[in-house]
Amino acid sequence: MAALLALTGCTSDLPNAEPAAADKTDKTSEFFNQAEYDRQLKFRTATPVGPDGKPWEQMLDPELADTAKYAKPGGKHHLCFSNAAVNNPWRQVGWKTMQQEVKLHPEITKFTVLDAEGKDDKQISDLQSLAGRGCSALIVSPNTTATLTPAVEAACATGVPVIVFDRGVQTKCPVTYIHPIGGFAFGADGAEFLKEKVPAGGKVLALRILPGVDVLEQRWAAADKIFAGSGVKVVGVEFTGGDAAKTKSIVSDYLQREGKIDGVWMDAGATAVAAVEAFQDAGVPVPPFVGEDQQDFLRTWAADKLTAVAPTYPTYQWRTPVIAALRILEGQQVPKEWVLPQPKITQVQDYVEQDMPPLHYAMCGCESMPGYPGPWR
Amino acid sequence: MNWRPRLADGTAPVLIVLVVLLVTLAFVGPTFSEPAGYLALLKRAAPLVILAVGQYFVIVSGGFDLSVGSLVTAAVVIAARLSDGADANTGWVIALLLGFGLLVGLVNGLITTRLLVPSFIVTLGMLLVLDGAVFLWTDGAPRGALAPSFRVFGRGGFGQVPWSVLILLGVVVAAAWFMRSGTGRTLVALGDNENAVRLAGGAVHRLRVLAFVLSGLLAALAAILLAGFAGVSAQVGQGLEFRAITAVVLGGVVLGGGRGSVVAAAAGALSLEALFTLLNLIGVSGALESAVQGVILIAAVAAAAHGKQLRRTHEQEVVRPGRGGAARADGVHQ
Repeated sequence: MAALLALTGCTSDLPNAEPAAADKTDKTSEFFNQAEYDRQLKFRTATPVGPDGKPWEQMLDPELADTAKYAKPGGKHHLCFSNAAVNNPWRQVGWKTMQQEVKLHPEITKFTVLDAEGKDDKQISDLQSLAGRGCSALIVSPNTTATLTPAVEAACATGVPVIVFDRGVQTKCPVTYIHPIGGFAFGADGAEFLKEKVPAGGKVLALRILPGVDVLEQRWAAADKIFAGSGVKVVGVEFTGGDAAKTKSIVSDYLQREGKIDGVWMDAGATAVAAVEAFQDAGVPVPPFVGEDQQDFLRTWAADKLTAVAPTYPTYQWRTPVIAALRILEGQQVPKEWVLPQPKITQVQDYVEQDMPPLHYAMCGCESMPGYPGPWR
Repeated sequence: MNWRPRLADGTAPVLIVLVVLLVTLAFVGPTFSEPAGYLALLKRAAPLVILAVGQYFVIVSGGFDLSVGSLVTAAVVIAARLSDGADANTGWVIALLLGFGLLVGLVNGLITTRLLVPSFIVTLGMLLVLDGAVFLWTDGAPRGALAPSFRVFGRGGFGQVPWSVLILLGVVVAAAWFMRSGTGRTLVALGDNENAVRLAGGAVHRLRVLAFVLSGLLAALAAILLAGFAGVSAQVGQGLEFRAITAVVLGGVVLGGGRGSVVAAAAGALSLEALFTLLNLIGVSGALESAVQGVILIAAVAAAAHGKQLRRTHEQEVVRPGRGGAARADGVHQ
């Protein structure tokens, strides 16, 4: 048995496997891109263009493009949407928000939605099917970037204005591509917070969901870069698989192994509460924490007076494609790349909602929509 | 009287593995020099050990229960929705969850025995049904919250000793006692030779259903402990069925049934959890966990098959087929 275990040990240099934590900070991730990193970090302080208090209508550093050729005066629009999936709480909150946004606009008379259920092949056939349904505009939230590119190109070729949001595609044919600033900014927001709050030489534990997903890899690549240039010591980088019990076990193990953990960085907040509980159950103070804008984490943060920050990948971006589609159909200019602000939560009391579900995302921009909170419960 | 603790066939090797792992832990982890470290390990391992005990009943009688992972997820999600953070609900929610586990086991058992569908397929179907139902019901995001009094069983303790450890002890003792009763022995015999049991007048169908019901019930119990330990999550049960099967196989229980002890299955689960803790403590990436689990699964089944073959040869050589000889061959080749 020992020999067999050693054998599996030899395979640890698979592309995605993490080597022992100690030498982790010496290398730069293959997902790191200095130019894009600099661009995203700059966006964080840029002044957005657009109405105050409505970040889903704001844009950063926009390069407006003409859309006159898509103008379709008279209303009665048939809006179509090819959705990658609704298989996680983030997409659930976003999807509910988008449905309410559609209800706000009487000029949309028909809203056709096909859910790809997280499958590339299904989304490719969904896009083909939507091509024959007389859509006025087509919104696409691609399941994966590379595989969906040809299908999106084919949709563009039908002459219908195509709006892509969340994950991108490798083609310039959509009229606009809508997304928040991005993964580097997200990862940096948390890492900079720990760099400031954790004393020099302090031990930081990094918890990630899973390897190989570009958005998540970007978050870690940015954090890794910032930690490398700081006094804090990253004692471990672990994958939790999004599982609360596993997260709690990993944190408990690290508390045993290291004696003390001075900060926790996470690439997503779904299991942040479990990680916090590991400290509480061990009877030690909770160190500075990076979470996300899920209500369960925000409530724990407020109730236990944590030192924490919550970078967000705002769900209000699900409102923007509908708004963009209508502007395009009115012939108004939209940015070719519509970069939305990506706030981080530092004042938790402004975002805690005691009666929302534990995995409701606070940054939904939905509080002022008619019917709130009904559909989001 | 010279009473010696009687260990069932194949229990010794896994106990040795377990002891080696625990001793190594004491050298590697500073907290394992005190009982508190081991209690924490037991607390964490409790849900898996309980699942493994349930899985043992099904495997030793010749079946598989693949539905336990999604049963755990379903139970946790249901608990969060119904408990809704109110302590007053805890009592009836727990009763309802155990009833739900029992019902799922009953359905698995009845379909296997009455409709003659292999248990592998029945429980695979049940896994998919429960997964789908949970998704449909929650829209992918669990709602509600678990009351503090509900979470006590997985999170709190009686003084230094976690409740989950006490519950675990209760389950293992009851299971060991059950396996020494006539019904328990017939269950093992059922996995070995169903026809023999039938001809001897055993209630084959009823026994099989009982195995699935016990597995379902224990899965619900594991869900209560897991939910208490870590809170609400729609991923909580993912892969637990394979982990439980690995644990049982590591305990020397033969797939296909008829051989193996429940204490060894429990020890297998504890060894698996101790091994993962050890790997983490010495800094091996968590990503290797599933690879290690896969290697253990294949190696343990291969060892069991190898042992079986040697046992046959051995039995032929000594002409006198005997349990003692078989047990020795088993011990050497695990």
